[in-house]
Amino acid sequence: MAAEAHRVFVPRDTTARSMGADGVAAAIAAEAAGRGESVTVVRNGSRGLYWLEPMIEVECDGVRHAYGPVQSSDVAALFDAGFLAAGEHALGLGPTEEISYLARQSRLTFARVGITDPLSLDDYRAHGGYEGLARAVELSREEIIGIVTESGLRGRGGAAFPTGIKWRTVLNAEGAQKYVTCNADEGDSGTYADRMIMESDPFVVIEGMTIAGLAVGATMGYIYLRAEYPLAIRVMNDAIRTAEAAGLLGDDVMDSGRAFHLEVREAAGAYICGEETSMLESLEGKRGVIRYRPPLPAIKGLFGAPTIVNNVITLASVPIILAEGAEHYRDYGTGRSRGTLTVQLAGNIKQGGLVEIGFGHPLRELLEDFGGGTASGRPIRAVQAGGPLGAYVHPSQFDAPLDYEAFAEFGGMIGHGGLVVFDDTVDMGEQARFAMEFCAIESCGKCTPCRIGAVRGVEVIDRILSGDDEAGNLLLLRDLCDTMVAGSLCALGGMAPFPVISVLDHFPEDLRAR
Amino acid sequence: MSTKKAGSDTGVREALVSRIAGRHFGRPGGLLPALHAIQDELGHIPPEAVPTVASVFNISRAEVHGVISFYHLFRTTPPGRRTLYLCRAEACQAMGARALEKHTKQRLGIGFHETTADRRISLEPIYCLGNCACSPAVMIDDFVYGRVTPERLDALLEEG
Ligand SMILES: Cc1cc2nc3c(=O)[nH]c(=O)nc-3n(C[C@H](O)[C@H](O)[C@H](O)COP(=O)(O)O)c2cc1C
Ligand code: SF4
Ligand code: FES
Ligand code: FES
Repeated sequence: MAAEAHRVFVPRDTTARSMGADGVAAAIAAEAAGRGESVTVVRNGSRGLYWLEPMIEVECDGVRHAYGPVQSSDVAALFDAGFLAAGEHALGLGPTEEISYLARQSRLTFARVGITDPLSLDDYRAHGGYEGLARAVELSREEIIGIVTESGLRGRGGAAFPTGIKWRTVLNAEGAQKYVTCNADEGDSGTYADRMIMESDPFVVIEGMTIAGLAVGATMGYIYLRAEYPLAIRVMNDAIRTAEAAGLLGDDVMDSGRAFHLEVREAAGAYICGEETSMLESLEGKRGVIRYRPPLPAIKGLFGAPTIVNNVITLASVPIILAEGAEHYRDYGTGRSRGTLTVQLAGNIKQGGLVEIGFGHPLRELLEDFGGGTASGRPIRAVQAGGPLGAYVHPSQFDAPLDYEAFAEFGGMIGHGGLVVFDDTVDMGEQARFAMEFCAIESCGKCTPCRIGAVRGVEVIDRILSGDDEAGNLLLLRDLCDTMVAGSLCALGGMAPFPVISVLDHFPEDLRAR
Repeated sequence: MSTKKAGSDTGVREALVSRIAGRHFGRPGGLLPALHAIQDELGHIPPEAVPTVASVFNISRAEVHGVISFYHLFRTTPPGRRTLYLCRAEACQAMGARALEKHTKQRLGIGFHETTADRRISLEPIYCLGNCACSPAVMIDDFVYGRVTPERLDALLEEG
């Protein structure tokens, strides 16, 4: 009998590919052929240790060993070093699961990410996939929603609203047709958890949405997916086709007699379409202009029907909650922030990547222990938490625990979990200016404080920086921020001033004439 | 993507737009998918497509135009052979995106929303590609590149 092929894993996720993973995969195949080695290259998802990408793994006696970051030019030397038998090499990282960055995490939602072949349904099932749905089909709607409520899960898209309560509202709303929509617009800079899970474990998103559909009696779901993620769009579409063929989507989901259909809808590059009412307008084929609330989308949402709007990570957390039970999930976390947070380390950070961890760890631990400080080796000057509408956090605030309420106390926001790190070469005046510029570019135009205010904000900051009546314009800027916060219809205009105010408060030396 | 020339085949193009729009008309909220499909096919959404789409969807031209103009990624002029999307958002700023932007504009001799005279490259701003752990990032057509230094960008531009 011929020796079994060595299994080598080379991620197919966007970031791994952006660092050369495709070339590495090709080089491994070519080198193996040249040496007469029998190698199967599996294109897995990414483990999320992004500073090590392309990070390849080889399976030996059931244990996966990692090497990274690997370039095509390293491949021959890796073969020489006997990496197929986990041989030693300068790029060797040891058994993957023992890498401390990974070992210290609590991967619940991301349990399979990076381990499996994203589009293999067999792989998905072999790693606990579809156990949540299998449980859900045995339960009543009320029971499913009860479990989600008890888990303490809150929306991971930014607003942190309790998911179970939202679902109950949809369940109780009148309507022959109901919808489940997945907000995959992930517009915040510094965030990529949605992209990663869609590319690396698409079935978990499908399973989560299907459970949501069963829970509220919705038979149709849409994934509103940003156009900036072409690979995620392809993977999600492929996974949907596979799930349909396996009877996991369609008219009779898992032989339950209940229907759930799913479709991906591609967005078109408007940040505001991540706001839920704007997203619904866009899904209806219109301009993504904000809707007045009430009514809530849960009561009158897509095409006027009761609609769940949830973030990708929220929905992807549901299967494990159903499979393992509410307590298992809520045992992680602290206070009213239960379960795990998927922190995304980004920007000027030495060890950028995805860290799924229970709520409550101090920000400093993420930046220093996981992140290893800046990529440039210089001191951290500021961290923007929670996306472009989030405050710039000053190093004096780094002991704050990552939990929704603790962050709110100092005017910070966890949002979708992105942490964008800047070193001491950053010009905070420019960062304040960009916050206003971004708001001006992305405003939906419905209300004046945002549409006009953001344009004025850029002008006022330009005047301050150019030394035109600095004192007067600083007062004017504060005033303008107050007006936008108080008078905007939605959180784009209402929160875009937060980063600006944080610069005024904590980095005033950068917002003055130069 | 190769873009057909306007002119002699205008009629062919109108029929194509009509056919694509017709495919999506029956779908709930089908206008966005229709516009995407037209842009995928033609590289842009030509102004002449507006009345055709409007009549298929039975809505006003103003509405179609309004939708096209609302979204940053719909374009109404033909792109160059390749489109370079340069990320301008914060995580890329933290790793030198501002300098990369300056370098790119200088090297190509164009600004955002413009195409080089030889029609090789169109330059567009983009606000996050989800590649923020390996910033700065750019996308060329639909492939994302990470840790893009000015030198790496020059090399990528040479390739095509
Ligand atoms: C300007 C703006 C942009 C937003 N962008 C997103 C986004 O990209 N993804 C997302 O899930 N939520 C986004 N949200 C939050 C959504 O409005 C909504 O709260 C969320 O999708 C609900 O899902 P969840 O409860 O699971 O978090 C945004 C909100 C605002 C105001
Ligand atoms: S705050 Fe801005 S984005 Fe929000 S409704 Fe007003 S104009 Fe639109
Ligand atoms: S809605 Fe008109 S000013 Fe805000
Ligand atoms: S900020 Fe540039 S890729 Fe996210």
